Order: sequence, then C-alpha cells, then structure tokens
Amino acid sequence: MAQKVLDALKQHHASAIELTESVHGDEVAWVKREGLVAVATWLKNDPSMLFDSPVFVTCIDRLDWRPVGLPPSSAWNESKPRFEVCYQLRSHTHKYRLRLKVAVPEHDAHCPSLAGVWPAFDWQERETFDMYGIRFDGHPDLRRIYLYEEFVGYPLRKDYPKEKRQPLVRRDDLPINPIKAPDGGHHGDR
Amino acid sequence: MGVEITTTRLEDAAKWAKQSLVERATNWGRKFSLFTYPFVTACCGMEFMSVAGPKYDLARFGAEFPRFSPRQSDLLMVVGTITEKQGPALKRVFDQMAEPKFVIAFGVCASTGGFYQNYSAMPGCDQVIPVDVYIPGCPPRPEQVLDGLIMLMDRVQQGRGHSQLRTKREQLIAAQAASDE
Repeated sequence: MAQKVLDALKQHHASAIELTESVHGDEVAWVKREGLVAVATWLKNDPSMLFDSPVFVTCIDRLDWRPVGLPPSSAWNESKPRFEVCYQLRSHTHKYRLRLKVAVPEHDAHCPSLAGVWPAFDWQERETFDMYGIRFDGHPDLRRIYLYEEFVGYPLRKDYPKEKRQPLVRRDDLPINPIKAPDGGHHGDR
Repeated sequence: MGVEITTTRLEDAAKWAKQSLVERATNWGRKFSLFTYPFVTACCGMEFMSVAGPKYDLARFGAEFPRFSPRQSDLLMVVGTITEKQGPALKRVFDQMAEPKFVIAFGVCASTGGFYQNYSAMPGCDQVIPVDVYIPGCPPRPEQVLDGLIMLMDRVQQGRGHSQLRTKREQLIAAQAASDE
C-alpha cells in the first residue's frame, strides 16, 4: 500500500537505502546507519510524506536464528549483523505505514538516535538500550529506563542466561544467598 | 482438614497450655484485630478487593481496615508479583511495620514467582521478608484467602508467627545472657 513511499525513498535517498521489501503487507526499508537521520528528517518534513506518528522502536536479536520454511542461507551466521533496530512510522495525513530497519553488528552496537526527530522515541530508545544494549548516538539522556542501575548485561539478548538473577536485596538467613555468595548456588534455585 | 474455628475449651487448653493468661489474652486480641497493609502490585489485587468487599468480607475475621500506612498495620499482604527492583521497597515497608507483624503471600507470584521465571521477577517475596502463610492460586479464590487468614489467626493465637517467635527467641537469649552474668 505504501509502495509509493518506498519508490520515493529509493528515488530521493538512493545512497542511504540498502534494500526495500514488503513483509506481510508492511513496507520495510533497510537503511544504512550513516543515512538514517537524513532519511528520517526527510520522511517527517516532506509534504508528500509527513510521517507524524512514531509508533515504536525495538530491536531484533538474530543470534542463532534458524527460520522454518526459508532456505538455510537465510539463517544467521557470524558474518551477518546480529541486531536489527526497527523504527515503525505512520503518516496520518497520507495514511502510510513504514518500517525502517537498521542492521547493527554486535562488536559495534551503535545506531543513530531519532529522538531528535521525533521526541516520542526518547524513552523507547532508552528501553531498547536497556534490553538490548544498543547505543543510540545523539540521544539526549541514554540511561536504563526499566531496570536498575546495578543491573549488568542486557536481558533480552539471546545469550543472556535464562536462570540468571541479579538481586538487590535478600534476607540474611537464606540457605542459598546470592548476594553473600554470588556463585554459591544456582541463581534460579531457592 | 485444616484449622478449626470452633474449638472446645479443653482443646484450647491443650493448645495453649504453655501460654500465660496474659499472653493468651493478648494473642486473642491480636488475632481478631489484624490491620492489613495491602502491598498490591498486580492482578491479584482484583481478588483482594473481592475478598475485602461485602460478599466475602474480610472484616468478619477482624481484618477490618486496609491501612495504607505500614506504621499503622500489623499484617502485610503481598498481593502480586514482586520484581527485583521492588525488593528494597518491600523490605522498607516491612521494616516500618510495628511488632508483632505478620506476612501473607497472596497468590502464587508472591509465593514463588509463579510463571515469571525470568531476569526481573523475584522468586517469591520470602527472598526478602519472612512469610507466615502462603496462599497459592493464580489468583486464589476468596475462600482460599479466608482459609489462609484463619490459619494465620490460629498461628497468632499460638504465638507462632515469625515475629512472635523471633521476639521470644531474643527474650530467651537476653535472659540466658543475664543469668550467665
């Protein structure tokens, strides 16, 4: 439906767009990291686009991804970027929906921030940073938003141990006390 | 099974034989005037409201008012999931309550973490504070809650609540230390 958005993107920002596709009726544009802010600013301000509604930001961790029903070549391997940052946008004026995707490798988990373009992305990018550890360059206040400052690691990454607990406070008389002896027992066991 | 509400005087006497008359009277007063502090964090709160409302009526058993200040209450009801981030707040609330204090873990999340076995949920509020009665269920039926409350009342009467036992232990230790000198 928003194929004309993809066409216009490819026309105006050919160097910044890696790939465009349509997935289950949603138009997706893969954007290079360097060109993301320019593309977003154009999408927001251009009279034929006017994407005024930032819907969400999230991230996808592709570690060990084995899709069912797709060729094995599409599975994740070490050479592919591990994270995908997704920006879902909506234009109420022209009734367009568009998803911007940015590929982010693990060793360089940085992504340009769009909080300056749409202020509503401020807390959402903080959430994405909190859960996945993506550093949003240019974000005004990149701190954890849900978890506490003492938390180590990023819990929604696929390699975060499922059983791991990071307690702030525990009773003194527990038989297995993860605060007193961090390796004294299984974190999930009681 | 479970706890008898009505007991004969003989059974009472056997159960409370080791208590002095004053202790017996104090505990009797305590068990019928439990002031609840509802630490409501999640959907179990709906069930708590139903228990506190007129149909099931927690007030019949003396747990009359929900007091929204921990300093005026002696029964902490942990209703709903406790996250690790909430742990310090829960401990602080518990520390502010006046002795003797009792804790009910309301629902399976407060008891064991329930189905939230992940990075953020605490595996049961007894990781942080001592719990007297666990009420399972997701959420528990009001009848279960009333059963748990009666169980707690029985325990209060016997002087076997956590804080009562702790006070007794501290008194014994102090008496022992005094006699040693």
